[in-house]
Amino acid sequence: MNASCSTTPSAAENDSTLRVIDASCRPPLVFLFCGAALWLVVAWAFALIAGLKFHSPNFLANCSWLTYGRVYPVSTNALLYGFAIPAGLGVGLWILARLGRTTVVQPWIIAFGAKLWHFGVFVGLVEILRGNSTGFEGLEIPKAGAILMFLGYMLIGIWSLLTLYVRTERTLSAPQWFIIAALFWFPWIFTTAHLLLTVFPVRGVTQSIIVWWFSGNLRFVWLALVGLGAIFYLTPLLMKRTLHSEYLALFTFWTIILFASWNGIPQGAPVPAWMPALSTVTTVLTLVTLLTFAVNIYRTCGNGCSTGQNPVEGKFIAFGSIAFVIAVLMSIVGLLRELNPLVSFTWFTVAQADLNVFGFFSMTMIGAILYITPRVTGFNWACSNKAKASFWLAAAGIVLYTVSLAAGGVMQGVKLNNPQIAFNEVSRASLMPLRMSTLGQLLILTASVLLLWNLVGVLVRIVKAQVNPVNANSVAAAEVKS
Amino acid sequence: MNYGPLIFLAAFIGLSASWFGFVLTPQIQLGRAQQATNTVNTAQLYPIARPGLAQEGLEVYKANGCFYCHSQQVGQTGTQVNFILTEIGTNPVAVAEGLLTAKVGLTNANAAGLSAGLPKTILRNVPIGDAKKAAKVTRDNGASGTVEVVAVGPDIARGWGIRRSVAADYLYDSTVMLGSQRVGPDLANVGARLPDANWHYRHLYVPRSVVKDSAMPAYSYLFKTRKIEGRPSPDALQLDEGFAPENGYEIVPTDEAKALVAYLLSLNSSTPLFEAPVTVATAPAAPAQTNSPAQ
Repeated sequence: MNASCSTTPSAAENDSTLRVIDASCRPPLVFLFCGAALWLVVAWAFALIAGLKFHSPNFLANCSWLTYGRVYPVSTNALLYGFAIPAGLGVGLWILARLGRTTVVQPWIIAFGAKLWHFGVFVGLVEILRGNSTGFEGLEIPKAGAILMFLGYMLIGIWSLLTLYVRTERTLSAPQWFIIAALFWFPWIFTTAHLLLTVFPVRGVTQSIIVWWFSGNLRFVWLALVGLGAIFYLTPLLMKRTLHSEYLALFTFWTIILFASWNGIPQGAPVPAWMPALSTVTTVLTLVTLLTFAVNIYRTCGNGCSTGQNPVEGKFIAFGSIAFVIAVLMSIVGLLRELNPLVSFTWFTVAQADLNVFGFFSMTMIGAILYITPRVTGFNWACSNKAKASFWLAAAGIVLYTVSLAAGGVMQGVKLNNPQIAFNEVSRASLMPLRMSTLGQLLILTASVLLLWNLVGVLVRIVKAQVNPVNANSVAAAEVKS
Repeated sequence: MNYGPLIFLAAFIGLSASWFGFVLTPQIQLGRAQQATNTVNTAQLYPIARPGLAQEGLEVYKANGCFYCHSQQVGQTGTQVNFILTEIGTNPVAVAEGLLTAKVGLTNANAAGLSAGLPKTILRNVPIGDAKKAAKVTRDNGASGTVEVVAVGPDIARGWGIRRSVAADYLYDSTVMLGSQRVGPDLANVGARLPDANWHYRHLYVPRSVVKDSAMPAYSYLFKTRKIEGRPSPDALQLDEGFAPENGYEIVPTDEAKALVAYLLSLNSSTPLFEAPVTVATAPAAPAQTNSPAQ
């Protein structure tokens, strides 16, 4: 084992109760995280294929399975449903178990749910490649995959709530509220969207309204609830302090519930005007979410923010926190009356969405996974250098990707709004930033491969220890068993 | 006191409020919309369902994810009202004086040459009241003219449509694909703008054969290359030099390609509506430089 690994559990938390709790999380978390890491690699590999089509439109164009309109949704769905949600569910479960000071109820049922979810994602992505997408942006996975995913979710969700129910620490703290609300909200939006769009489709443009509502709630509300919950729990832990204000965190929680849930209807959409207007007003009000969150985290870190002693998981979480603030700001700025025409229908919206899903949520989750996995499995990372490299690669990648797409998007928007410039000119002008963003995708893909490598390494060591416990060289593993 | 249940209930109400707002309310407001004759001037029934082949084409459009690069919604930034003088009648001086005294926005310089080059737009971008007043004044003085309503905005100027898209335009589509990106041009009215099926076949097979430097991938898998046996197929693509297959072979569209093109040709939402009024007869034609095949 590498002595230089920064992820070694500190002596302070070498508390036997915590170790037992962590060990009980092992089966579900290993399944959730390993599958998620695999999908993360798939997501960015497909994003890279989609990106390369802007270098040469005829790259892999002869095969219907690999046309842009199928590869692109596979990448977004693999990232959102393959990585983000299972990783969030795993981290959420672990937080519920730890804060409730209880072991996980029926961990193998949750692990089975995780398998079912990942299998559902697999079925869904293959269906998209075969041309059976639902045609709704953000909800492309058709019924067959969605049913499996939903069943998997119910197994994970119900047993996570049972774990909450049997908690021994009865008082709920802020991170738990975030996770509980997210656990309840996902099945509601997911079933509403599928029932009203694929099972009993509603008519006309109301379909689009439901898609926007679903997508907005998943990408903003659900991700923010789980992501901020994890940040509020892990930041104090990493900084070895207490959260600046529990009340302020709850206030953040309420603003997400009340304001963010209305986001998503674009301005200028062919729907009755009150909908985009209401959506715009509430999205601007999420400025409050952002401010309360930023103040709370900044105060929690205090002067610790600048010491540079941050371990790699802390770097991931700090990056995620900053990316959350920027992503929300981008969505608010994009709605301002003067700026909206310049960014709607451009790559700016893609930059904002991906900064939210990857820069904020996925980076936070990777940080959490790096923190949790050694504690849960008893195996330290094979080498923390790989984790460090993956941080710098992912951070550089998402910054390059977001900045080039956002700048390219604004340039594209300015040209789109000038009808004197022929459309061919407009699309040619956005090619350069698009090609730069491909480099960002490549960096992120490398980072994802490193994460998967790390997790597979842990998995191999777990299997070895199970098969041949005598030869297992890890003392920690033996401790976990005791 | 245990606040748990109270917080839970409040969060439940808070989140479900958006469900009532954006799922239930649109159903109440729009869910029962019907085909109607609320069209302006024409009394035509609108919207109408797409023909069968075009419905199949919608599935092809969906399966290949065309909507990730093409939006299907036209926006407008405003509406402009113009007044067009069509006939001057027998007393041009009275017409000019009448219009000047009515103070509808006619300048003295314009009033002088009123009768030259009719029909012509003599009032541009005026309030609707003024245009109507001008119509009355001209009628009272033995002349005639029409009030014209046109939509303005970058999308309209690009020739992507003559009015903004509204909810009614999508009433009969299942899987409404409004799109969120404009990597390619908007397609809400592509059937009106590019009505030639052969152009679409050539464009789908090799986009660069009709649009120079197009960034669109070729959808060659929607076509078959086959050996000509006997007479060439009437469906075979007429491709330019450099894109054509070798001698003795021809490119024919598959059923999927035929359905997709039928769907593209059915995309046309230029009927004037009560909620999106526009004068059809005098609507400007699409400017040549946008989206039309490169020369």
